[in-house]
Amino acid sequence: MDTILEMRNISKSFGGVKALSGVSFSLKQGEIHALVGENGAGKSTLIKILSGAYVKDHGEILMNGKPVNVRTPRDGQALGVRVIYQEFNLVGSLSVAENILLGHYPQDRGLILWDEMYEKARELLKRVGFNIDVRQKVSSLSVAEQQMVEICKALSQEASILIMDEPTAVLSEQELSTLFGTIRKLASGGVSVIYISHRLDEVFNIADRITVLKDGKTVGTVSASEVEKDELVRMMVGRELAEIYPNRSSGGKKEILRVENLTGAGFSGPISFTLNEGEILGFAGMVGSGRTETMRAIFGATPKTGGKVFVEGNEARIGSPQDAIDAGIGFLPEDRKRQGLVLCRPVNENITAASLSGISRAGVINTEKETAEVTKYVDKLKVKTPSIKHLVGNLSGGNQQKVGLAKWLMAHPKVLVCDEPTRGIDVGSKVEIYKLIADLAKSGIGIIVISSELPEIIGLCHRVLVMREGSVEGELKGKFSEEDVMMYATGVMAN
Amino acid sequence: MARAKSVLGRYALIIIFVALIIISACLSDVFFTSVNIFNVLRQSAMVGIVSMGMLLVILTGGIDLSVGSLFALSSVMVAKLQNVMPWPAATLLVLLMGLMLGMINGFLITRAKVAPFVITLSMMSVARGLAFSYSKGAAILVPFSSFELIGTGYVGPVPVPVCIMVLVFIIVAFMLERTTFGRIVIGIGGNEEAMRLAGVNTNRHKTAVYMISGFLSALAGVVITARMGVGSPITGEGMELDAIAAVVVGGANMAGGEGNVLNTVLGVLTLALIGNILNLLNVPAYPQYILKGLIIAVAVVSRRRSELN
Repeated sequence: MDTILEMRNISKSFGGVKALSGVSFSLKQGEIHALVGENGAGKSTLIKILSGAYVKDHGEILMNGKPVNVRTPRDGQALGVRVIYQEFNLVGSLSVAENILLGHYPQDRGLILWDEMYEKARELLKRVGFNIDVRQKVSSLSVAEQQMVEICKALSQEASILIMDEPTAVLSEQELSTLFGTIRKLASGGVSVIYISHRLDEVFNIADRITVLKDGKTVGTVSASEVEKDELVRMMVGRELAEIYPNRSSGGKKEILRVENLTGAGFSGPISFTLNEGEILGFAGMVGSGRTETMRAIFGATPKTGGKVFVEGNEARIGSPQDAIDAGIGFLPEDRKRQGLVLCRPVNENITAASLSGISRAGVINTEKETAEVTKYVDKLKVKTPSIKHLVGNLSGGNQQKVGLAKWLMAHPKVLVCDEPTRGIDVGSKVEIYKLIADLAKSGIGIIVISSELPEIIGLCHRVLVMREGSVEGELKGKFSEEDVMMYATGVMAN
Repeated sequence: MARAKSVLGRYALIIIFVALIIISACLSDVFFTSVNIFNVLRQSAMVGIVSMGMLLVILTGGIDLSVGSLFALSSVMVAKLQNVMPWPAATLLVLLMGLMLGMINGFLITRAKVAPFVITLSMMSVARGLAFSYSKGAAILVPFSSFELIGTGYVGPVPVPVCIMVLVFIIVAFMLERTTFGRIVIGIGGNEEAMRLAGVNTNRHKTAVYMISGFLSALAGVVITARMGVGSPITGEGMELDAIAAVVVGGANMAGGEGNVLNTVLGVLTLALIGNILNLLNVPAYPQYILKGLIIAVAVVSRRRSELN
């Protein structure tokens, strides 16, 4: 097979943060090449440089042996690079055919040639081995069908390199095998595929070669048939599990939070559980199993329809986040950019957002006190920022998350809910966040951790509740394995 | 080079402002007389006062199109009410009315969850209609009293409207820089959900900024009436656009979360200066609109470009 793409020594920084340093990557014609690595390893950045969404700082890109200059998405498209992102870019109110040929409608003097358009769309669907009505509105399709539309859209223009960013996050087992069939078909037809995923089983299933990125560097490229899974994990993580998770103290005995028969939007419930001081309680389960919704109802972010919440034995009447905070509950949301932080404002304003009354008198902020308090938490959490007046949006993911945590530490909660606390941050920051959570527990705070990463749940928590389809399916404590959690999460085993 | 460019962009407004002053001074001998300067300031006082309310609203990510109509309604009310009560009572009543109508704006926006553009657009029409109905479409003479000092008096050499404007600037600046209210207002514009999850009653704060905007519109309406000696139902047409222009030229982000008083003041003064120069040069009114629009576009585009670099 001929090498059609070579990326050599690619580097890219954002602000002061190095996202890629000296990454090299090559792709052969008709190859399915998986790109793996932890969140924050630089996979997306590399892809965006290839597609022209970002401009590289250093390095060179060769296509078919010739250096090319990719500076805009248009350049990338002209070179035949097509990207299918995790979030689809489809117009729900338009038909399948219109979406597939979006921006390239066959036309005659400004009038759309509908028959030709439908015919073209049908051909493309046939090429990926898929059969749906091209006149149907995209909004009425299942997620897997929408994905097929995305693929057809990508192929509607001459494509030599197809990039798929975590394409299977939302697919069922059967949809997955259809998708893999399509990908293989395309590859045997000469299209080269870059397949980004962190699910190793899939990667072994589909890929010819695998390139591992870690902390913005290439760890290596291996042939999928010649590498063991353990080996790949070691390449990705770069350290043993034992070093990642902190020592656990034993949780306290005093009950700090009790939830009774809670029901609300997004989970059927009724949900009941208790949390002791100093305990780290994990909430595991599939995406959509109702973990976040449960916590949002406890916190008053969405109204609950029934049930009671007790903090330190006293019933807390919670109708809004304000009430929850007053009762001593903090909530670090899963999407720090949309729900957690005000990115266009500086570090200090974000950290004090939940404790403004503590640094003000009669509504006037005591700036000296604010600076002192904020500096204390910035130091304690080792937030790497040029100053406390630096915009949060310019910090790395890990440091942003630390700012989010600092906000809640400053509010002195008795119970802190952390929803996916390490999503999208590098391994180094993850280790620091784990340690912080463990330290908080040691200081007596009761902590709830929602996580979709099973090793994280197992490494960090004293006790785990597994949710499935909106209610608690089982409880695990002591020694338990990923398989134990999965059995409850998938409903194979019920209490 | 890129750095020089970005510095240029950041200070574009100040540079344009200073350039305008120099041009004015060169073009006209009378520009640098205190009479002319205070005239310019006094003329800009109404938009200046209203722009502070608009700034707060825009910081939350909203917009208030009703300011010009509230201004007119306040004008006719404060004039007519003086026939039945002493002027301080009439003034107080009108300011309360501004607060109330602003509260209705805020209430509908936060509780009925309708876009601020739409709610304040209907308030714009309703308030204008009330102004016409209340005045029967005619200007209302203000009875002779010390009321007119609010518009025509001086503190030392400084006209009273200018004093009021500066006072409003200082209060709003203090609010934004030093109070929890200001923090929260800016935070809501930056990320409303994050502020809500941080325990902030976002609806109450959003309602408050529309109340302040309504109050300041009414205040400006009182000042113009005292200055002119008549309450007019047609005054303040297009004032919302001038106020928005001042805030935007001052670098605020229409999506909320970015903007400050100092730059908005510069925006107000820049727009006033442009008008003054064109007047001093005897440029007719119609081309003035064109030039004003172009200058706003240049100021905003140059800043935007520097942000992108």
